Amino acid sequence: MVLAFIAGFIIMAIELLGGRILAPYFGSSIYVWGSIITVFMLSLSVGYLSGGKLSLLNPNLKTYGTFFIGAALLLIPLILWANPIMEFLFLQIEDPRYGSLVVSMILFFIPTAIMGMIAPYSVRLLVQSTHGSGHVAGKLYFVSTLGSALGTLATSFYLVLWFEVNQILITMFVVLVASGIAAIIASSKLQATSE
Amino acid sequence: MKNHKAPSALSQFKWHIIVFVVLALVILTADLFAQNGVRYIHQERSLYRNIVVTEDSNRRCMRFTITSRIGQNQSCRFLENPQELVFPYAKMTLSSLLVQDNPRRILIVGLGGGTLPDTYSTLFPNSEIIISEIDDAVFRVARDYFGFRETEKIKVDIGDARVYIKRAGLRGEKFDLVILDAFNGEYIPEHLMSVEFLEEVKKLLPENGMVIANTFSTSRLYAAESNTYQSVFGEFFNIRMSGTGNRVVVASMQPLPDKDSLIAKAPEFENRLKPFGMDITRFPQFMSTDITWDTQQRILTDQYSPANLLNN
Repeated sequence: MVLAFIAGFIIMAIELLGGRILAPYFGSSIYVWGSIITVFMLSLSVGYLSGGKLSLLNPNLKTYGTFFIGAALLLIPLILWANPIMEFLFLQIEDPRYGSLVVSMILFFIPTAIMGMIAPYSVRLLVQSTHGSGHVAGKLYFVSTLGSALGTLATSFYLVLWFEVNQILITMFVVLVASGIAAIIASSKLQATSE
Repeated sequence: MKNHKAPSALSQFKWHIIVFVVLALVILTADLFAQNGVRYIHQERSLYRNIVVTEDSNRRCMRFTITSRIGQNQSCRFLENPQELVFPYAKMTLSSLLVQDNPRRILIVGLGGGTLPDTYSTLFPNSEIIISEIDDAVFRVARDYFGFRETEKIKVDIGDARVYIKRAGLRGEKFDLVILDAFNGEYIPEHLMSVEFLEEVKKLLPENGMVIANTFSTSRLYAAESNTYQSVFGEFFNIRMSGTGNRVVVASMQPLPDKDSLIAKAPEFENRLKPFGMDITRFPQFMSTDITWDTQQRILTDQYSPANLLNN
């Protein structure tokens, strides 16, 4: 549950920072936000689909933990190479609408998709009976969407006032890795107790 | 059945109250405007804002929000003499002619009612003026209600100024004068305030180029912005006048002239600027290089640019 909250928080925080990251190259026109939101929705939808699919084969906390670590690792290009990537595409694509769309695809699609996998996989891990499945799914939606709401609020009201964009992203990278490791440790402990 | 009737009667009663309150508000606001003699001439909602054109007995104005109290006038023209400048900030901008005169190529960010482009083109008919404006609705309103015209020499580029300036820099274009006038709306475009942005602007300036920014004179943003300009351009003129929330930054690629040379140069422009309702000889006293802000305030960068939060 805590991990679903973290994932929700981070997804929206990154989406919001996305506007910041793209503005120097593509401006802050309405279509820049359009590109970012489109890409996030698209990648979350793909993430939900594949997360659900993956939950069919031997669902376990260890795999769950690797989602977090994977998402963290895939944030690295955003942290390290966002500017050269945007520079390159700025020169290639004249129209800032498609420029911002392509850049959003490259920078945000994969890490967000991985984070999208977390939600359906959490449902699978927590559900114990078909009877309670709706309840569990509801609680998870609640927690992760609440996380998203707080992630949006905290980032736009305070985090950008206190920190640089990259400092926030690096913190999220660390939190994701820590969450992943926590899940993996929990999984091996559970295994030890069941043995 | 009786039980059903009661609530419906109650809700009808509620409707009456709502209708009454709405009517009262409409009458009150209408009255408010009648008192000020302000008439709405045009209203439209663009992608970025509400644009309202109002007119009173002596001037016509463009505003960016609907309520008369919050809505600041973006641009105004006197009906009798449209050339005369209404706002001090426009005059503060023109006083930069004492620092660097005769610009041949001018880039203006933010069109408004087209006051600055019209003024500069009247003063320098041979110079080429390009305006970068994000909102084509503002362009249409300036054309339809403020007499603004694109000409051979005056061109408008609809789009984000950061993108325009970056591309102009890549093309190696130069502008003798860049005027940043995009900061008086409700929302401050944060990506037009960072060190990186100002570096891109600087790339457009030739040896004797100059940048002018019409910005804020209060809040923590004043300090943050001042430090940001300082770090890119070094010493700059800060033009402040009492009775206005604006201040104008004038930064030059050349060393700034001292106060005596500003005063000495003023008579040269005195007659040329009279038709605009401006006495330029009054302005050297407002131009100062003194540091009147907290130099510890963090500078704004693309990584750190909470301009809207700092302005609270």
